Amino acid sequence: MRVTFTVNGREESADNVWEGESLLYVLRERLGLPGSKNACEQGECGSCMVYLDGVPVCACLVAAGQAEGRQVRTVEGLAEGDRLDAVQEAFAECGAVQCGFCTPGLIVQAHDLIARVERPSDAEIREALAGNLCRCTGYEKILDAVRLAARRKAAT
Amino acid sequence: MTTKYAETEPRQDAVKHVGRPVDRVDGRAKTTGEARYAAEHRYPGMAHAALVHATVARGRIEAVDTEAARAVPGVIEVLTHENAPAMKPAPKTSLMNLSSLASGTTVSYLATDEVHWNGQPVAVVVAETPETARHAASLVRVAYRELPAVVDFAAEEPNASPQKSSVLQPAGGDKGDAVAALAAAPVSVDLRFTTPPEHHNAMEPHATIAVWDGDRLTVHEGTQNIAWLRAHLAQRFGIPERAVRVLSPYVGGGFGGKGFVWAGTLLAVLAARATARPVRLALTREGVYRTVGGRTPTVQRVALGADGDGDLTALIHTSVAMTARIGGMPEGVVSSSRHLYDAATIHLRQRLVRLDLLANTAMRAPGDSVGSFALESAMDELACELGIDPIELRRRNEPERNPMDGKRFTHRMLREAYEVGAERFGWRERDPRPGSMRDGRWLVGMGVATAYHPSLTMPADVTVRLAADGAVVVRCALQEIGVGAATVQAQITADELGVPLEAVRVEIGDSELPAGPGAGGSAQTAGAAAGVLDACRKLKESALALARRAPDSPLRGRRLDDLEARDGGLYHGGRGETYAAILARAGRDHLEAGGGTGMLKFLAKTLNERRRWVKAASGAHFCEVRVDRDTGEVRVSRWLGMFDVGRVINAKTAAGQLRGGIVMGIGMALTEATQVDPRTGRIMNPSLSEYHVPVHADIPRIDVHWLDEPDPTMPLGLLGIGEVGITGVAAAVANAVRHATGKRVLDLPITLDKLL
Repeated sequence: MRVTFTVNGREESADNVWEGESLLYVLRERLGLPGSKNACEQGECGSCMVYLDGVPVCACLVAAGQAEGRQVRTVEGLAEGDRLDAVQEAFAECGAVQCGFCTPGLIVQAHDLIARVERPSDAEIREALAGNLCRCTGYEKILDAVRLAARRKAAT
Repeated sequence: MTTKYAETEPRQDAVKHVGRPVDRVDGRAKTTGEARYAAEHRYPGMAHAALVHATVARGRIEAVDTEAARAVPGVIEVLTHENAPAMKPAPKTSLMNLSSLASGTTVSYLATDEVHWNGQPVAVVVAETPETARHAASLVRVAYRELPAVVDFAAEEPNASPQKSSVLQPAGGDKGDAVAALAAAPVSVDLRFTTPPEHHNAMEPHATIAVWDGDRLTVHEGTQNIAWLRAHLAQRFGIPERAVRVLSPYVGGGFGGKGFVWAGTLLAVLAARATARPVRLALTREGVYRTVGGRTPTVQRVALGADGDGDLTALIHTSVAMTARIGGMPEGVVSSSRHLYDAATIHLRQRLVRLDLLANTAMRAPGDSVGSFALESAMDELACELGIDPIELRRRNEPERNPMDGKRFTHRMLREAYEVGAERFGWRERDPRPGSMRDGRWLVGMGVATAYHPSLTMPADVTVRLAADGAVVVRCALQEIGVGAATVQAQITADELGVPLEAVRVEIGDSELPAGPGAGGSAQTAGAAAGVLDACRKLKESALALARRAPDSPLRGRRLDDLEARDGGLYHGGRGETYAAILARAGRDHLEAGGGTGMLKFLAKTLNERRRWVKAASGAHFCEVRVDRDTGEVRVSRWLGMFDVGRVINAKTAAGQLRGGIVMGIGMALTEATQVDPRTGRIMNPSLSEYHVPVHADIPRIDVHWLDEPDPTMPLGLLGIGEVGITGVAAAVANAVRHATGKRVLDLPITLDKLL
């Protein structure tokens, strides 16, 4: 089948999509957008998190056909030109990035959290990010990054 | 007492770049999705491979039916032992050629009908798309003649045989008669511990892209050891090393799991050769569990005897761990007991069982992570028996020299680590009576344990090039597995040459670059630093030699040791000149120098040092837990780690390494275990939903601090920090649980059923 949806503001189509194919597969393998990572394919780790019509989802659990006609935003679509989003900036600055493989999914999830909650409490941050596994950082600096991004966003 | 520093307080003398919490150079690439990991490269005509895994632990393949798989549109080839091109067998291992250690197993994949473990790849499907390959792989039918297999570690443990010692790792040892001393001790504990197998679960599953161009091979793979991977592929495929290029600029985590060469890598290269197509083999998470080894399970006995004052009279630490019949790494499980306590008598033994399972491999602090759980739990239990504070017990038994052989420590600050850590953590608030501290329904407990990890270096070749426009390029085939490899070497280079950090670019992750050390044994940063220091010094000497030729140079008659590298040049007090001026006058557009030591010289130096010194990174963990009095649920509520890791190069990346180690240790303590079916040898929980790594909501605020005293024998005084963080962690949790509940849990992980 053919699937057409908007990715990071641009309309994209993929042909010969298999019925069981995931949105993650289409993004990574067909559309050349490997920012969303493939690490578990069962919605456990959050590395593939993208926005689907403004709601963060694990792209590995969304069938590509479900994205038909909808808006997808990936980590590649968060920066404005050369200007990084506040969350991206804060992650790099706070030492919340190590190997970087969980980073895109975490950034999408954190981006959503501070869009919904202006100044999230630590408990809210931990809860919101509990579905995003990181094996390197020990999580503490991710928390710092989300706090910093929220503070900066609130100040603008 | 010396001033103490935290990650947010750089050393007062860190006026330059070393010691500062510098942002990592790849932050932008990693936060925007621009960084390309191994599976994310594309080649025209690239095909995709998927593995078929054996479903028996040991046997012979009687028949393989590939017809249904071949009939799937898009399938290019199905490789089995009946039609695959041959690879050379894995080399005999030798310490004179360290890359001979690279092979994860000794199996000749697809060259034999023998099955050695439940999960061994027995066929490879190559297809136009990954999904087609995976689907077709599910259609391959294999018939086996099963052979008896030994897969149950617990049942086999009584049949273990003695582990052999090596130059680098003694397997046992005795000081005096510890058995007699234990029997005579007025106070003693004698405990049996078990730890389960574990898996690394780096977030990036292993992936390989292999591209042949005639007899030249290019491989994209996230590896912890570019040089070993290159040498091993050249050997297995019968081509010269210079014909192999390994590209590994980003590695999505390793922890030991990407330190050796496993089946997927070899089979991707084999499939590419067989099909004359570029081939990508990206393992699923399950595929990683089936084909990449993990941490050995252990059974350990620790028996301690003490006099009434708490002076240790006997320390016995024995272990049983596994290797496989097809390879595996014998771990130094009792290693910490060689170094930690000044016991009057010591008895150490390590034994091994050989199983029909996938070979075990290094996982963050092999040996020390599991060994420290047993030793440090036993010390805590002895403190309970004696009615002495556990920190005081450790203080009383702190050795002046290495307990087994009287060698000197290059550096040892465990007393300070405990003293400062206890103060910052608020240890004195602890009521020593078990179960005495409560917060509503929660039983509160506080525990400590010692972290200890031997320090190594490995040799590195490095070149440094300084151009007339001020741009500096450092080249070394380092691996960036998350540690900030390029970032810290840029800091060191900037300081050594006296140039701005922004002027330095560090090229890593490519086998065409000068050979680097592997990212293992916490040895990469120090090894590379030694090469960088050497190359920078030679480069400055060349610059000075050029300057001294000019009659009008202010550097005339100066020696390098009298000069300071700063402001883009060399200066003596206020007099000197910039590299740009030196190069311009000499009509040169750049200077370049190479640094590093050869392997033989390095080995000689290392062995010589080992005869005289013992060196290690160490620290003190402070843990607070809350245990639900009804359900037995354990929550870690507070953590403080106070480390002695020599000089810290980058406070931001260093804190990340230590904290990440602590969290992996909390996983080891509370949730992580690879479940192996004792009848079939098959891993039963090969996924992130059934193997539980800690998540954000499991982890409290974790304070990490360090004493920041340079080690006198290491480059820049730094000690590797990748592994020390995890050592002792599981014991600190177990000790806190003991304090909260009065229950001593001897078997990891500490799940709630063990507390009910």
